[in-house]
Amino acid sequence: MDAELVRQGARARIRHSWRNTAVSALGPLTALAGLVWALVQPYRITLLDPDKHSFWYLAVQPPLLVMLVGALFHFWVVPGLLSDLEEAEERAT
Amino acid sequence: MEPPAEVVHWMFGVGFLFLGLCLLAEAIIGREVWRRRAWRAYIWPGIAFLMGVLMWPVMVFYTSSAIHMLAHSAWAQALMLVGGAQLGLVRGKLRSSMWELTLPLALLVSGFAFLIHEQNPWFFSRAAFLHHAIGWTLLVAAIFPLGQALQPRRFAWSAGFAMTWIVVAVMLFCDRDLAPIFGHLSKFAGGPR
Repeated sequence: MDAELVRQGARARIRHSWRNTAVSALGPLTALAGLVWALVQPYRITLLDPDKHSFWYLAVQPPLLVMLVGALFHFWVVPGLLSDLEEAEERAT
Repeated sequence: MEPPAEVVHWMFGVGFLFLGLCLLAEAIIGREVWRRRAWRAYIWPGIAFLMGVLMWPVMVFYTSSAIHMLAHSAWAQALMLVGGAQLGLVRGKLRSSMWELTLPLALLVSGFAFLIHEQNPWFFSRAAFLHHAIGWTLLVAAIFPLGQALQPRRFAWSAGFAMTWIVVAVMLFCDRDLAPIFGHLSKFAGGPR
C-alpha cells in the first residue's frame, strides 16, 4: 500500500517537473545567448580594447548585460520560485 | 555627458529582457505560485512603472525632434499607467478587471507612437527598420493582454505577452544609431559608424 502511494507520488512529481525544468533553464539559456553573442561579435565587448571607447560604451556592453540578466534571474528569482513550485506540486498530489 | 541613443536603447533592452523572463516564468508556473511571495507579485508592475519614470529623462534630454519628444512622453505615460494599474490590482486597491485593459491600450499607444514618429521608410537605416518592426510587433502583441483579460488562465496569452518583451528586448539590442539593414543604408542617413 505504501509502495503504491510512493509510486503514485513519484509519477505525479514527474508529470509536473517540466515546469521546474523550464523555469530552471530560462536563466542559463539567456546567459548562453549572451555568451554566443559575445563570441559572434567580440567587438561588442569593449573591455577587450578599452582605450578606443568612451565611458558609456565601456559601461554598457549588451552581451555582458544579457549574461548578467540571465544570472540575476537564475540566482535571485528562480530559487524561491522552485521551492514554492515544489511545495504547490506536493500539495496538489 | 549624455549616453548615445543606442546605449539608452540597450539599457531599456536590459529592463525589458528581465521583465520578459519574469513574465515567462509566471506563465509557466501559474499566477498563484508566482504571487506566493509579495515581492514577486510587485516585480513586474514595479519594473513597468520604473521604466515609465525613466522614460521622462529620455523625453527631456533626447530632443532631436518634437515628434520624438511626443512619442517618448506617450511611452512614459503608457508605461506608468500600466505599472500603476497593475500595482493597484496586485495591492487590491483596484478591483475591477477592466483595469487589465490598460495593458492592450498601452501596447496600442506604444505601437502607434513607434510607427508615427518614424518618418523614414523601412530600409532607410537599421534604426528606421527596428522602429517599424517594434511598432508592428507591439500592435500585433496587443492581442495577448486582451486575450489574458478575457481568459486569464490560458497559457498561450500569458506566454505570448512574455515573449513580446523578450522580442522587443532583442530588437532594442540590435539598434545602432547609424548602421545598414540587410545591406541597405540611405545616402541621406550618413556613413555607418
